[in-house]
Amino acid sequence: MVSVSLTVNGKAVTREVEDRTLLVGFLRETLGLTGTHVGCDTSQCGACVVHVDGVAVKSCTMLAAQADGCAVLTIEGLAQGDQLHPVQAAFREHHGLQCGFCTPGMIMAAVDIIRRHGPGIDETTIRHELEGNICRCTGYHNIVKAVKAAAEQSGGMAEAAE
Amino acid sequence: MYETSYKRPASLAEAAAIIAADDEAKFLAGGQTLLPTMKQRLAAPSQLVDIARLAELKGISVSSEAVTIGAAMTHYSIASSPEVQGAIPTLAKLASGIGDPQVRHRGTLGGSLANNDPSADYPAAVLALGATLVTDRREIAADDYFQGMFTTALEEGEILVRVVFPIPRKAGYSKFLNPASRYAMAGVFVATLADGAVRVAVTGAGQGGVFRATAMEEALGDNWSADAVAGIKVDPSDMLSDIHGDAAYRANLVSVMAKRAVVAAAG
Ligand SMILES: Cc1cc2nc3c(=O)[nH]c(=O)nc-3n(C[C@H](O)[C@H](O)[C@H](O)COP(=O)(O)OP(=O)(O)OC[C@H]3O[C@@H](n4cnc5c(N)ncnc54)[C@H](O)[C@@H]3O)c2cc1C
Ligand code: FES
Repeated sequence: MVSVSLTVNGKAVTREVEDRTLLVGFLRETLGLTGTHVGCDTSQCGACVVHVDGVAVKSCTMLAAQADGCAVLTIEGLAQGDQLHPVQAAFREHHGLQCGFCTPGMIMAAVDIIRRHGPGIDETTIRHELEGNICRCTGYHNIVKAVKAAAEQSGGMAEAAE
Repeated sequence: MYETSYKRPASLAEAAAIIAADDEAKFLAGGQTLLPTMKQRLAAPSQLVDIARLAELKGISVSSEAVTIGAAMTHYSIASSPEVQGAIPTLAKLASGIGDPQVRHRGTLGGSLANNDPSADYPAAVLALGATLVTDRREIAADDYFQGMFTTALEEGEILVRVVFPIPRKAGYSKFLNPASRYAMAGVFVATLADGAVRVAVTGAGQGGVFRATAMEEALGDNWSADAVAGIKVDPSDMLSDIHGDAAYRANLVSVMAKRAVVAAAG
C-alpha cells in the first residue's frame, strides 16, 4: 500500500491505496468522482482526461502514486456552483455531444487546448489537438464548433478583465 | 494489472541502487508505454522506480554546437522549448507530432529511447543527428545505441540521463502516421551535419527498428534535392509487414517520406 496526498478539485485528500491503483480508479472508486470515464484499455480514447498540475493527462495511464503532491482537476471541479464553466456552456449551446460518454474528457481536453492556444485558435489546430479524444457518435463537428466558440469567448473575457 | 510496488527515490544513485538489488524492478518515467503494457498484463515488474521527478534528468541547454536534453523532459516541454525551436526546429516539430497532447504531457525522451519502439519518432532524430546518449555509466554514440526493435545498448539497470544533439546545418522530418495511434508507419529524418556529412534515418518501417538509409545519404551528399532520393528504394524484404501496411507499401512510403523530409529541410 502507498499513501497518496493530493488536492482534487481544490480539496486536500490523503488515502492509502494499492500501489498499482491508476489515477482514474482513485478518482472513480476511492473518491466516488465518476464523471471521469474509462472508454478503452489502450490509452487512446481520452474519456479519462483530467488535469494534473494544470495540464491535461490520461488518468488511465498514470498511477495515483505518481500524482502524489499534485493538484488534480476533474470535470466535477469545473463549474462554479450552478454556473457552468464557459467550455461546458459552449458544449451545451453547440450540441457538442450525443451520448455524452466522451464529453468529460473532451471538455477537460478543450479547457487545456484553449489555455495553451488562446482565443485565436483555428479549426485545423483544434482538430489536431483533439486527436487523443475519440467520440464514437462521430460528433466531432459540433465539438470543434463548441471549442472554437469557447476559445473566442475566453478572449472576450480576458479583454473584459483588463 | 498485476500487483507491483511503487518507489520514488530522491536521487539517481538511490534509483540505481533499488534497480541493482532487484532484477524484476523497472524504471517508470512518463508511463505512456510501460503502464499500457502493464494494463495488458504483458509486463509485471516487481517494483516501479519513478524517475520522472529526478532533477538530474531534467533541463534543456544549448551551446553553439549542441542541444542537451534531460531524459525526463516530456515531449511537450521539448516541443514548446524556445531553445530547441531556435537551435533544431525539426526536433521540436517532431516532438509536437508524437501521439496526442495528453501523451506529450507525460511521455519522456528517455522513456522513448530506452523502449526503442520500431515505430517511435525520436530514434530517427537521434540516429540522423548522430546524437550522444549519456547514461549514469558512460556515453554511447547513436550508431552503437540502437540494436534492433525494442533493443538498445543499455545494460541492466543503466539509466539514460541526457541526450546531446549536435546542431545540424539543416534537417527535415516527415512521417506517415497510423491515424489511430499516430505512431510512424514510415518516418524519415534527413540532416546535413555541421561538418557537411549527410545522414538519413528511417523509423517505423524496418524490421530491425530504426536504420540509416546509406544509399539516400550518398545521393543527397551529391545533390540535395527531393529528386535525388525519389528513385531510391529500400529493400522490401527488410520492411515490417502488418495489417496497417505490407512491406512493399512501407518500402514505397520510405521514398515518399524521404522526399518530403528533404523539402521540409530546404524550407
Ligand atoms: C496513445 C499513444 C500514442 C503514442 N504515439 C506515439 C507516437 O506517435 N510516436 C512515438 O514516438 N511514441 C508514441 N507513443 C509512446 C510515447 O511517446 C511514450 O511516451 C514513450 O514511448 C515512452 O516514454 P515514457 O516516458 O512514457 O516511458 P515509460 O513508459 O515510463 O517507460 C518506457 C520504458 O523505458 C524505461 N525507461 C524510462 N526512462 C528511462 C531512463 N531514463 N533510462 C532507462 N530506462 C528508462 C522504462 O523502464 C520502460 O521500460 C504513444 C503512446 C500512446 C499511449
Ligand atoms: S480510458 Fe484513458 S484513454 Fe481511454
